[in-house]
Amino acid sequence: MSVAVARRVSSAFSLQAEFEAGPGFTMILGPSGGGKTTLLNCVAGLARPDAGRIAIGDRVLFDKGAGIDAPVSSRRLGYLFQNLALFPHLTVEQNVQYGIARLDAPERERRMNSLLESFRITHLRGRKPAEISGGERQRVALARSLVTDPAVLLLDEPLTALDTSTKSKILDDLRQWNAEHRIPILYVTHAPEEAFALGERVIVMEAGRVIAQGMPQQVLKSPRHETIAQIVGFENVFDATVTALMEAQGTMLCRLRGNHLDLEVPLTDAAPGSFVRIAVRAGDIMMASERPRGLSARNTFEGRLVELRRAGVTVVAMVDSGVTFEVHLTPGAVEELKLAPGKKVWLVLKTYSCSLVEA
Amino acid sequence: MLAWGPIFLTLRLALVVCCVLILIGMPLASWLSFTTWRWKFLIESVVALPLVLPPTVLGFYILVALGSQSPIGRWYRMLSGHGLPFTFAGLAIASVIYSLPFMVQPMTAAFGQIDRNLIDASSILGASRLRTFFRIVLPLSLSGVVTGIVLSFAHTLGEFGVVLMVGGNIPGATETISIAIYDNVQALNYAAANRMALLLLAFSFITLSLTYALNRRVWDVWPLHR
Repeated sequence: MSVAVARRVSSAFSLQAEFEAGPGFTMILGPSGGGKTTLLNCVAGLARPDAGRIAIGDRVLFDKGAGIDAPVSSRRLGYLFQNLALFPHLTVEQNVQYGIARLDAPERERRMNSLLESFRITHLRGRKPAEISGGERQRVALARSLVTDPAVLLLDEPLTALDTSTKSKILDDLRQWNAEHRIPILYVTHAPEEAFALGERVIVMEAGRVIAQGMPQQVLKSPRHETIAQIVGFENVFDATVTALMEAQGTMLCRLRGNHLDLEVPLTDAAPGSFVRIAVRAGDIMMASERPRGLSARNTFEGRLVELRRAGVTVVAMVDSGVTFEVHLTPGAVEELKLAPGKKVWLVLKTYSCSLVEA
Repeated sequence: MLAWGPIFLTLRLALVVCCVLILIGMPLASWLSFTTWRWKFLIESVVALPLVLPPTVLGFYILVALGSQSPIGRWYRMLSGHGLPFTFAGLAIASVIYSLPFMVQPMTAAFGQIDRNLIDASSILGASRLRTFFRIVLPLSLSGVVTGIVLSFAHTLGEFGVVLMVGGNIPGATETISIAIYDNVQALNYAAANRMALLLLAFSFITLSLTYALNRRVWDVWPLHR
């Protein structure tokens, strides 16, 4: 799908966003009040853009120039509101069937049962929304949206109220569903961990503008780098594979994609062989000009300094160690270590400076 | 001995007015709750006018509007062969206008309390406005709708000034309970007036109690209910 919209919300705030989203999770990340929900509302037709064009494949939903503005009810979208908006007077079954009333009874029954099963809520079919738990309500709301076979799914911070394990189970079921259906999922969140863990693509928004978009790694390396790091909370993110669990130590080893080095990181419930993403703050990485010894830190890498650049009172160093690390230093440290591009250095990372971004 | 003529006439009037008001009031109330039109406060004021105007003022204007000099009056005379004032139809029209706020205001309040996301969710799921109204808005604001129906019904039962202005006092056509009570008092027939007044009081009290009880779910804490 392709989206290009402009909408003036108030004299102080306007939205101006342009992006493409393919099948799979596209995460829209940014601070609250950054225009994320307005953007989803424009796509859904609940807010009318002042200009722009929105299309899913060759189906045009909105085109200011051509005078097209498809009514909300014919856009064929799924939209999960923050408050879910389940119909309180209808049962789970009636809620899920609400969007497919036009189908004949056997087909309706078949579709509903398949969705209730996919989201493990068959046993709740006779209950009202007030009689089920928060996680179950999320599942019902997802089933209600997906049963209509939408062309795009819009999620507005859908899982913020849930604990991590409930959340990841629901996301697993959603991923499972989408593996078969392959529709674009626009997922709005203000939690960077969520964005970087789930997203095949990340769009960072600030003050109504898209300031970066692309693969998670590309986003961190984008021109608006400093702002993005501030929003996101880390400068480095690496793809890795879990190679060994060390339960007794409370850690596990992960092999970074690209440099074949093992990083010792805090233990999670990830299984060996599974894919993880590791985030590290540039200020949490130590640099040494000689191979360090006698350290408590578990991770030491050799690398080559490729770039050194001053940004305010910090010095930003880029170190190539098969993958590129960004490291922040003080000008004093740079002088003392006699750092210059091309110099061989060692990087030191504490296990607990490495956070696994996961949903 | 109770005079049944005015009672039946009053009930028939209240019933007709109520049905007409549901048909007019519901779309009007939902429009008022959901529109973003900047001048809607003007319509709101017009709807609320009967609450503050003396019934005689309202009755006077309705009389003029329905009279043989007005376009409506002439049009009606052309169709039916007689005028609107001092007929049951004229009385019904006047009562509809007079009771309009009692139907529209509780409904508007009830519609306004519905979470907008529910309405948006319904459209996103492909439902038309009409389906959204009947499947989501109406069931969730039933208590407000019932309150509107009961209030406008009870209000029509008891109106006096407008009836006197527009309907006059024609037995079988426009003589309602309140007019009959007034007549009896004028004729110093206190016993007959009392019987009718008591009936109206009892009826009004019972309908209002039932409505409030249902709205507050008083039955949940009813001592005999267990």
